[in-house]
Amino acid sequence: MNKFESELKKGNFIISECSDCKEIVWPPSNYCNKCFGHVKWRKPSEIGKLIEFSKKENVNFCIAEFEEKIRIMGTLIGEIISPKIGQRVKLKKCGLNDGQFNFTMALI
Amino acid sequence: MNKVCLVGYGNTKFSRENISIDSLLLSATKSLFEQNTNLNQKDIDAVIVSTNDNTKYLAAILSEIAGIKPKIAHTVESLCNSGANSTVSAYSYIASGLAKVVLVVGAERYDSPGQILDWDKSRGEFKHPIFWGSIFTKSHKRKFGTTEEELAIVSAKNHKNAQENPHAYSHKNYTVEELLNSKKLTEDLKVSDCSRSCTGASAILLASEDISKKFSSHPVKIKGIGQKTVSAGFTKNANFSCMQSTVDAGKMAYEMAGIKASDVDVAEIHDAFTVCELMALEDLGFVSHGKGAKYVKNLFDTENRKINPRGGLIGSGHPLGATGIAQIIEILQQLQGVAGKRQVENCKVGLVHNMSAAATSSTVLLLES
Ligand SMILES: [Zn+2]
Repeated sequence: MNKFESELKKGNFIISECSDCKEIVWPPSNYCNKCFGHVKWRKPSEIGKLIEFSKKENVNFCIAEFEEKIRIMGTLIGEIISPKIGQRVKLKKCGLNDGQFNFTMALI
Repeated sequence: MNKVCLVGYGNTKFSRENISIDSLLLSATKSLFEQNTNLNQKDIDAVIVSTNDNTKYLAAILSEIAGIKPKIAHTVESLCNSGANSTVSAYSYIASGLAKVVLVVGAERYDSPGQILDWDKSRGEFKHPIFWGSIFTKSHKRKFGTTEEELAIVSAKNHKNAQENPHAYSHKNYTVEELLNSKKLTEDLKVSDCSRSCTGASAILLASEDISKKFSSHPVKIKGIGQKTVSAGFTKNANFSCMQSTVDAGKMAYEMAGIKASDVDVAEIHDAFTVCELMALEDLGFVSHGKGAKYVKNLFDTENRKINPRGGLIGSGHPLGATGIAQIIEILQQLQGVAGKRQVENCKVGLVHNMSAAATSSTVLLLES
């Protein structure tokens, strides 16, 4: 299990950033996919923007983008009337259970 | 570089049957030999298997049970476009002179492990293909005003075309109204918008042009190849109303062949979901962006079979590793003028579009009679 997964298991969302060229490496990896430099791990901004969304039964799901780079699919919770693309979202919860990754976001 | 032709094919009926992967591979190979009586096992220099099945060493296994002792034998796996990818490998072996005759066999079981890409963690718990299908559909609706009825027409057309395809998984015909009432899977997708994973196998034979007449009186040339992989992860697609890998692969194939979209007479398009057919037609330059639905409605209204004459993935079923090969067979039959009731009149140039994992990778082939 890498650092991303062990932290996610504890409910912490961390990302990898290259120590040399400062590129954010997403999906998380031990080496930079631009210069192959070592990465360091840090918390990203919890505020992102809504890229797209849909709904299955009563579960809203979306793609959100953080720091203009990190895109994740997750559950969109809270009152959702007419969400707008580009609207701000906050990462509320994340985890890793039985090999299953999950992210929960809310519109703000 | 040697020129490369398609010279033979073998088909099996797509189904939901529980058949072992080696039996599937053998049945398509047997069908190919039966339809190509000039072909001897000794002629085959390379055997390539296209599948997502977890069984190891399948190209050697198939070679043994089909009595072939090839120089080159291996599997190609690239999720849903394993078929077109293996054909590109076969092309390269012949073009380079490493092989003269290559057998490519694609097969998949209904319970294929190739439907979900576990690696793509950015999809969170939304790993099933219906989630990326929903995102693409929502995005296309938002950008171009695509309606549920327009999507249902894609499905109605492909189910209708599949009625004349003896190897299709289902021969049921549906009205647009029936499809509009089909079960909703998500806010943006109905059951009728989705292709269905199934069991099936398809085989093709490629040969160097100089010996192609030995195997076929109507060899079909592979004129253009384009392939592009933009990422592995779905969320890396730059936007969700256009498939960049398809745009790029199409451009490469057109350039290599010296052919324009307007020259294409018949095409097999990777309609994993209804919206994918619209997007691919736009991305491959058949129409401008946002005009795919109008184009398909016209095909449907005029009973024109130009796009997905065998019924596409939605009409025929989608046995992942066999799909690209089945698409190639359809275009080969069309260009040879032997497609029977599915025949598109006077076709000389055909296109195959096969893609994988939420359009993160696409392959486009241009064939000419
Ligand atoms: Zn770097």
